[in-house]
Parts: sequence; C-alpha cells; structure tokens
Amino acid sequence: MADYHKMWEALGMDVKTHDLLCEALPGAFGDVYLSQENRPEGMDYFNMVVAEIHGIRPAELVEHKKNGGKVVGTFCIHVPDEIPVAAGAIATGLCSGSQFWVPGGEKKLPAATCPLIKASLGARFDRTCPFFRLADMFVGENTCDGKKKAWEILAEDAPMYIMDIPQMKRPKDYAHWEDEIHGYLKKCEELTGNKVTPAKLREAIILLNKKRKALQRLAEFRKLDNVPISGKDVLLITQIAFYDDPARITAMINKLCDELDERAKNNVSVFPKSAKRILLTGTPLSIPNWKVHHIIETLGGAVVCEEMCTGIRYYEKCVDESGSTIDEMIHNLTERYMGAIHCACFTPNFERIDDIKRLAKEYKADGVIDVNLKFCNIYDTEGYFVERELNNAGIPVLGIETDYTDQDAEQLKTRIGAFLEMLGN
Amino acid sequence: MLYAGIDIGSTAAKAVLLNEERNKILARSLMPSGWNSKETAEDILTWLLSLGYSKDELKIVATGYGRVSVPYADSTLTEITCHGKGASFLGGNDLTVIDIGGQDTKVILLKNGRVIDFVMNDKCSAGTGKFLEVMANRMGLTLSEFFTLAEKGRDIKISSMCTVFAESEIVSLMGLGTPREDIACGAVGSVVAKVATLISRKNHTENYFLTGGFCESALLIRKLSEVLGSEVKTVPDARFAGAIGAALLWK
Repeated sequence: MADYHKMWEALGMDVKTHDLLCEALPGAFGDVYLSQENRPEGMDYFNMVVAEIHGIRPAELVEHKKNGGKVVGTFCIHVPDEIPVAAGAIATGLCSGSQFWVPGGEKKLPAATCPLIKASLGARFDRTCPFFRLADMFVGENTCDGKKKAWEILAEDAPMYIMDIPQMKRPKDYAHWEDEIHGYLKKCEELTGNKVTPAKLREAIILLNKKRKALQRLAEFRKLDNVPISGKDVLLITQIAFYDDPARITAMINKLCDELDERAKNNVSVFPKSAKRILLTGTPLSIPNWKVHHIIETLGGAVVCEEMCTGIRYYEKCVDESGSTIDEMIHNLTERYMGAIHCACFTPNFERIDDIKRLAKEYKADGVIDVNLKFCNIYDTEGYFVERELNNAGIPVLGIETDYTDQDAEQLKTRIGAFLEMLGN
Repeated sequence: MLYAGIDIGSTAAKAVLLNEERNKILARSLMPSGWNSKETAEDILTWLLSLGYSKDELKIVATGYGRVSVPYADSTLTEITCHGKGASFLGGNDLTVIDIGGQDTKVILLKNGRVIDFVMNDKCSAGTGKFLEVMANRMGLTLSEFFTLAEKGRDIKISSMCTVFAESEIVSLMGLGTPREDIACGAVGSVVAKVATLISRKNHTENYFLTGGFCESALLIRKLSEVLGSEVKTVPDARFAGAIGAALLWK
C-alpha cells in the first residue's frame, strides 16, 4: 500500500490509532475475500479500492477540495446524492461497519445504541477515518430515534445538516419530503457557491441512474441457476458504490458484467450445485461488515440478493429522467427516494414484505435470513411481520440478531448452519 | 459398519454407539465437557475404541459446539438438525422439541420427522441450564441438590430475566431471609417461563418432547407442562438426543 501518513496527518487524524485499523484490514480482507476460489478477474479493481480504502479515494477528495470543491457526507439512502453532485460537490457515504470505531461511539452514546450509529460517531470523535475528516457537511436524517439524537451529539464536533424524513407515506408526507429536498438543494448551493441548473441536475440524475443500472445489471446474474459471482463480492461492490467516483465505478461494474456475460454463457458458477440460495433482508451492512455473508457462504450457502439499504433498496429503481425544470426533477427525486425505498422507519411498511416475497421469487431463494443489527428497534419489531408473512407464503425464514463483534460467530454458525441443513433435507 | 454420534455441548459431552441397522443404542457415554473440547473428544474416542471396535468399523458424526474439535469425525452437523432427528427417533415424527441445553435453549418443530422450523434463545443465558447452574452455585449447591430443594419450595417470582441480574436478585432474597427452597423453586419457574415464551414465538403443535440434560428433572417437566397446558413427554435417553441424531444422520 502507498504511504498516506502525510495526508492523514494533514487531515488531523489520530494516525497511531488509525494504523491499528490499517494493520487489521488486510488480514480480514484476505480471509474473507481473497480466499475465495474462481473469482471474476473484474474483482481486481474492487480489491485494490479496498486495499487502499483510506488512501486512494480520500486523496481524490483532498484534490477536489484543493480546487475549491466541497464534500458532502451522508448516512442514509433516502438522501439524494443527485443534489450535491448537481451542485458540484462530491457525495460520499459515511455509515461505518467496523467494531474498531464502536468503543469511540460508546464514550458518548448509550451502549444500547445500534453499532452502525456508534461506529459512525466513533469514527469522527476518535479521528480515525479520513472520510469523516474530509466531509464539509454531514447530512443526518431522523429515520430512527437512535440517529436523531446521535446527530445532536455529532453536531458538537461536525457541521451537521438535518433532513426531516416523514414516518408515513401519505400525499402530504411526499410533499414534505419534496420540500426537504428543495431545502437540501438550497443548502448545497450555499455550501458550494454553485447554482444548480436544470441541466446540472439532469446530468446528475442520469449519472447516478447509470450507476444503479450497472448495479442492477450485476444483480441480474444472481438470478441465474449458475451464479457466476459470490454474494460476498456483490456486497463489496455495493459497499464501495457508496463512496467511489460514480462514473468510474459504473464503468468498472459494467466491465465486470461483460466478464460475467461470458461466464453465464458457459454456465460457470462459483457455488456448488447443492448450494442453498439465500435472500438477506434487514438492516444495512456497511463496509467492512461482511460477517453474515461470510458465514453463509463458508457454510455452503449462496447469498443471491440483499433486500437492504446496501442492496436492492439502493439500486433497483431508477429516478424518472423526464423532468425538465428543477421543480419537476425534485418531484421525480421525491418519488424515487421516498416511494421506492421501504425502510422500517415508515408505518405501515407492508411494501417491504411484498418486496421480500417478490425478490425471493425472482432470485429463486430457498430461504430468507432476516438480519438485524442489535438495538435496531424498528427492524427488530418489523421482524414479526417478516416472519409471519413469509411463513404464510411458505418461504422458510430465519431471524438473527448480530453486531460488529465476532463474539457471536459460533452461535451464528449454528443457527445459519441448521437453517441451511433444514433447507437441504 | 456401526454408527457413533458425539454431541459436545457447553456443559456435557454425550456419545452413543448405534448398531448396524441404526435402530438400537449399543452404548452411551456421558462426561463433562471440561475445559478443552479436543481433550474431551480424545476421551470419547478412547471410550469408543474400548468398546472393542476399530475406527475403521465406525462412522462417526459430531455435533454440538465442540463439533469442530473432533478431528476424527467423518462429518459434522449442527445440534439443531441432530436434536430434531434424535427426538424423532425417541418420541415420534411430529413433535415440538424443547431442548434446554447448557448455554442454548432451542425449540425445534418436527413434521414427518423433518425439521421445519426452529428458534434459539438469544445470546443471553436466561432460560438455559446455565441460569440454574449459576443460581445453584450462588447457593452453594450442586444442581441435583438444588432440584431436591426446589421440590419442597413455594413458587416465588424471580423477575429478572438476565442471569447476572437474577443472581443479584437472589442475593437480595437471601438477605431478606427468603427460604432457599422457595428461591430454588422460583429459579426453576423463571427458566420455565422463559422457555414457554420462546415456544410461543412459533406456530407449534402441543406434542411437546423435552431433550437435553433436564429430561430426568421431574420438577422442571411438571412445571413446564403446567405452563404449556399440555403434557411434556420425554425419556431418559433424551439427554442423548443430539448424539443419537448425529449417528442416525450419517449418509
């Protein structure tokens, strides 16, 4: 790996502590990823991006800022990247997926907070993530109580901008979110000093739709009887899509998909014929949280779809590109960003259950695993309907609760192993 | 060919040897899991060989948390699949199997001898054997003394669901001079209540069958039957259900 210490120091990071993370990552990545057999060559780009996860992309952001550009960090897929991109900013995801940052978050947050929130605050307060140093604006949203209150604490150190996401999907809620997106546009214009023109916004919509289409093209291969790419690899690509340059990652995904086209023609599968196909649903899996995929695929299962924020919810539906005025385009963004994402923060949220059932069919899943991050009250509670409705539909389902530690790995192996055995008998 | 099943749990290690037709248990072994699963596995192999068979005459399947520590096993399976199979061998094909283990409690739904659904307790030890072990330790008793005492007690309510908090609660009760019999009885009741909650989460039949180390605890079975409103059946061999299932499942 190239030496980025100077850059990290200049960003005000705690380089010594951060070195511990840099030391741990290659081993973890090697165990989970590089040990896989018959990986597509197109994964090389993504391996490289992860190997230098706190180097290459942050260096690009530093360069962008040197030229007067701004960086906008976000935590939720309800917040449209099109807006900062249209204002000339770089948008980057900030959700954190490692236990490394959790103790830092626990210094200020109750222990009974979900690990994603704890890790995100820890990454900022401990100064151990370059993205959390580079963002000029942190966009929070009140999708859950944990986040809503945590942003108040984060605001003591970071420039927060909060968006008020509705909790229901009535016409007036759509109108409210549309209004919030208008406000976000204004805020991004102020931050960057750039006016968002209809042409710029349209360009951003098309750019990000292309990324979605590439991700969906990739997902289509997972519907095949012979799946040419592992679930772990697709998860990694999805996670990287949150912070990589959109045009570049789109090209890289499409290049990989060209390779997978060849594999599909030759019926190449990375899984044995007997592998049980698993659809995952539940809370997000932020980088580098690969735990559940790794356990499932090590035990001989195949993850074929994620009905998650780090999955289908992120890329399955595109934004309508037909608008020509700012108002029309923001209306279209609202339709996509509120109407097409079925998060447990909404009540009711039966569309999510319908999605799980539909996706289980489309991706020919043998079973569904409902994964919840510990202390995520809304997804945990919604698990009641997930289990009941899948039972009624005759789709086997297993609910598991986990966090970023490895302490429960053996227990998860037993539960998931038994579930796979059950599907096999 | 004979078939051996080895179930190394968190507390006890169980092993059985089945005959060629796999319809009869030829031998059983029960020992504490101890500190080191690998050593326990070696002890079990010594026991198996002491029965007069060579390793080549046996097919060995390991299960339980220690399953990965049995290097000589021909295959491994999870304890859920094995307990289901073992319970079906001992109690019938359509059952709601309740396994109260040392650190896990599981409910397994069997239909036509197949596992169709299951649920395990979360990471916490409430509702497991560990809970009663901790309570017995706190009162300076062995588990069997603890159950003898509990038989004579009155059912008091232990409200803490967490083992650690329940232990403090018991210290307070002892401080208040609550009879030990009552505390022991209350602790058993607490496990039963937690297990019943776990069962109620699943769409189950009332053909309850108990496996695991408590299959000979009359008090626990009686209380569990009361709370569930239906008789909980079991047999003395049910503590070997995981090992039996493992031996049966060799393919």
